[in-house]
Amino acid sequence: MTTTFAPLPTTASASASVASTTTESIVFAPTPQQAYLMRIGDTCLIHAQRLAEWSGHAPILEEDIALTNLALDLVGQARALLTHVGQQTGFDEDQLAFLRNERDFVNFTLVELPGRRAGRDFADAVVRNFLLAVWMNVMWARLEASSDAEIAAIAGKAVKESRYHVAHAADWVVRLGDGTDESAKRMRQAVDRLWPYTAELFETDGVDTAAAESGLGPMRVALQPAWNAVVEPVLAEAGLKAAATGAFRSTGSRGVHSEHMGYLLAEMQTLQRSFPGGQW
Amino acid sequence: MNAVHDPALSVRVQDAWRVLHDVLDPEVPAISVTDLGIVRDVIAHDDGLEVVVTPTYSGCPATEVISQSISDAIDAAGLGPARVTQRRAPAWTTDWITPEGKEKLRAYGIAPPGSCASEATGANVSPIRLMARNVDCPRCGSAQTERLSAFGSTACKSLYRCVACREPFEYFKPI
Repeated sequence: MTTTFAPLPTTASASASVASTTTESIVFAPTPQQAYLMRIGDTCLIHAQRLAEWSGHAPILEEDIALTNLALDLVGQARALLTHVGQQTGFDEDQLAFLRNERDFVNFTLVELPGRRAGRDFADAVVRNFLLAVWMNVMWARLEASSDAEIAAIAGKAVKESRYHVAHAADWVVRLGDGTDESAKRMRQAVDRLWPYTAELFETDGVDTAAAESGLGPMRVALQPAWNAVVEPVLAEAGLKAAATGAFRSTGSRGVHSEHMGYLLAEMQTLQRSFPGGQW
Repeated sequence: MNAVHDPALSVRVQDAWRVLHDVLDPEVPAISVTDLGIVRDVIAHDDGLEVVVTPTYSGCPATEVISQSISDAIDAAGLGPARVTQRRAPAWTTDWITPEGKEKLRAYGIAPPGSCASEATGANVSPIRLMARNVDCPRCGSAQTERLSAFGSTACKSLYRCVACREPFEYFKPI
């Protein structure tokens, strides 16, 4: 995202003009097709934000670099999607990323769950990274056939990047799941914690059907067989099992988020809201 | 705005290509933007040149710097004004790096990417323990190398070590 420190306005003019216009949240009312793209874009963006929290904190230096490199790819993919939707709705990527309120974000709840902080384990980061990377890879592969040429072009690039994400994440799932007793235990706990949130990745609502009918992209439920085909053998190789799915359904993709989302947005948006219209 | 077919302008396009051969990638300053294969077209319009660039990675932080370097270089050569536009499709692949570019990478100490067709980058490949095939050390040429990290100083490279000469080196990943 572009962010520059514009000179700070004097306090008098700030209170008069800037604060009243540019720091306020935007009113964003997407069509179902736009909401469909925002779900993917927001999922990339929020996932990147959580991955970036590992910068300087990952267990080993190489993984520190890897996780932030993955985050960089995801931010790039989010930028492309937000820019594209922004062109249709009169906003730029920064406004969409930094000036929307929590209820206007439509990422999966899975990606906003606490990462490094709040007592979560590196195993949580590894498992989430894997489950999500496979979903993104399967989705990008389908979006290469999108009726929207720009989306097909974005997907053509992103699908290749996501292959590296899947390979890297799968490698860690096997390494830790099939590692020591302690690492295996932590991986089992992480899978059990995160699995209930995967149901949302394959739900169907009006946004999915609208996107499928217009040829923009597939319904989420259509991705499940391809997702399973990658996830199941990797879990098996790692000695892990998918947890049972219950009645719980997370609702981030409908704008109703977990208690963690507000804190994440406060941190992610503070610069743009403090330095309105800032450019990097 | 229409492309113009004027002999003087086509000379200008050829001159622009020559200038672009010397515009270096800011993150791998051993090779130029044309070695890298990201310049897809140079078009003469009646109000200036258009340089069409395909980005390498979605999140490549060098994209903006590259665009600026290109228009600055064309301006400096007196061929401006130039504007840089982006073309996403078809997506850039390391297969577009020229043979000369690959040789420059090797001389700089970065093992060049193998061809995508020969690598296991297909969608149907199992991701488990997916590693690049043996990568030759760019310093001593030994095939006895090992991967240290899937990602290196930039997203486009991974980190290797040569078992023969013990030197670490980067490998430009095929994508």
